[in-house]
Amino acid sequence: MSDRAVPDPSPASAPFWEATRDRRLVLQWCTDCDQPVQYPRSFCPRCHGSCLDWREASGQGVVHAATVEHRPERMGETEHYAVVLVDLDEGARLMANLVGCEPGEVHVGAPVQVTWEPLEDGRQLPLFELRRG
Amino acid sequence: MSRSLRGAAAIVGVADACSPTGELEHFGRDLETRMVLEALEDAGLGLADVDGICHAQSAMSFAEYLGVHPRFTDSTNTGGSSFEVHAEHAAAAIAAGVADVVVSVYAATPRSDRKQGRSFGRVPPPGPNPAAEWEWPYRLRMPIGPYALAASRHMYEYGTTSEQLAEIAVSTRRWAELNPRARFRDPITVEDVLASPMQCSPLHLLDCCLVTDGAGAFVMTSAERARSLRKQPSYVLGAATCHDHMMISQMPDLTTTPGAVSGPAAFEMAGVKPDDVSVLLGYDSFTITALLHLEDLGFCGKGEGGAFAEEGRTAPGGQLPMNTNGGGLSYTHPGMYGMFLIVEAVRQLRGECGARQVEGADIAVAHGSGMVLSCMSTLVLGSEATL
Repeated sequence: MSDRAVPDPSPASAPFWEATRDRRLVLQWCTDCDQPVQYPRSFCPRCHGSCLDWREASGQGVVHAATVEHRPERMGETEHYAVVLVDLDEGARLMANLVGCEPGEVHVGAPVQVTWEPLEDGRQLPLFELRRG
Repeated sequence: MSRSLRGAAAIVGVADACSPTGELEHFGRDLETRMVLEALEDAGLGLADVDGICHAQSAMSFAEYLGVHPRFTDSTNTGGSSFEVHAEHAAAAIAAGVADVVVSVYAATPRSDRKQGRSFGRVPPPGPNPAAEWEWPYRLRMPIGPYALAASRHMYEYGTTSEQLAEIAVSTRRWAELNPRARFRDPITVEDVLASPMQCSPLHLLDCCLVTDGAGAFVMTSAERARSLRKQPSYVLGAATCHDHMMISQMPDLTTTPGAVSGPAAFEMAGVKPDDVSVLLGYDSFTITALLHLEDLGFCGKGEGGAFAEEGRTAPGGQLPMNTNGGGLSYTHPGMYGMFLIVEAVRQLRGECGARQVEGADIAVAHGSGMVLSCMSTLVLGSEATL
């Protein structure tokens, strides 16, 4: 996809984006209620605790919801593309593109794994692809 | 703490502007002012009576333009549901004696603006913007994309079909056939909806609301004062609001909107059940939006919205008249459609709707949806007989 604009990280999200430089998917974790905090913040919106840490994620998950853009020219693109919400095995939900497959293969419930697209500043953008076989 | 606004305030004046061409001659403050004056005229009031202003961008700027010095001011913006929220706030203010006559207004002319190259600038949100970081890189088209994601999940969990979503567009168009001011009035079929170009799957072009110019206003005052005014008052029986996310990736459950909170709360305050509702004005930005309202407001069970929408149940002559003006799908949709829900609810209660009038309508629900299924606000209005 052309010209991915990703803004500078917030203070809370900086560790997430730093890890992407090594193609590592990390999640902010609340050690009080033992659940991921997505998106990263200065406190846990679930238990309101402030004991926050970072954990490595498996990069595996399942498509929770999906749409294929059939009018890509409306978005400055040339090819159909899929936007999905992925539920990671660790419990966090991320928006991403599902890449490396045909529009007809985009299904809710499909198992997926993370893949990466380099950004100009050395960070990498997490995307997902189907787990096949 | 429980509270009740039931019967404290009433909508006494309404106005709206739209056109079968989708375009209006006036725009901006001029158009807003026309709406306010028309709604006040409808009520038999004047600008000198107004002591409360609601405006979804800037009540201060608009009051300055009008030359009004309000003691109640509300610039709440929850997207398309802003005007139901304004109605709730206005009723609360009137009930508390903070204001006597409150006006809410809306105007937008996206169709003419585009045609004439008008641009008014946009202000970016302050500080780090989570959407720019976590959603915008993935090019989800707004506003349709989030609704497409919700529809995909509803289909996966409940087996809802594109045909069932299409039924909502078809039934709504049948109401528009009865409204000479509607943008689109030619009958459509389920097949037409499915054959219209796919936009963001699973939503087709005819699953989407229009983009038109449009404007409107309402005037609210105390129930006591309402009785001495020109038109039959539409009393606020219940009002409630809830929002549970801003970004679609943060929505707790893609198949249940915060209307499942605001709807029952407003109905409880009003002392009504879904079966008592004569007319439902349920914000139809997309067919899936209206389907979710049917479930979350309790007209059917969760997951049953698709089946409920079949057989013209929400069409003229059906058991639940829904979006009798033709809705955002066929009447008008300038961007924040919630104002038109209120205007139509009031006109139905007054019996002013001509060919589309629902016989004996005495309870009308205006259910606004704002942003991306983010903020729902439910307003239950009733005639004198329902007090």
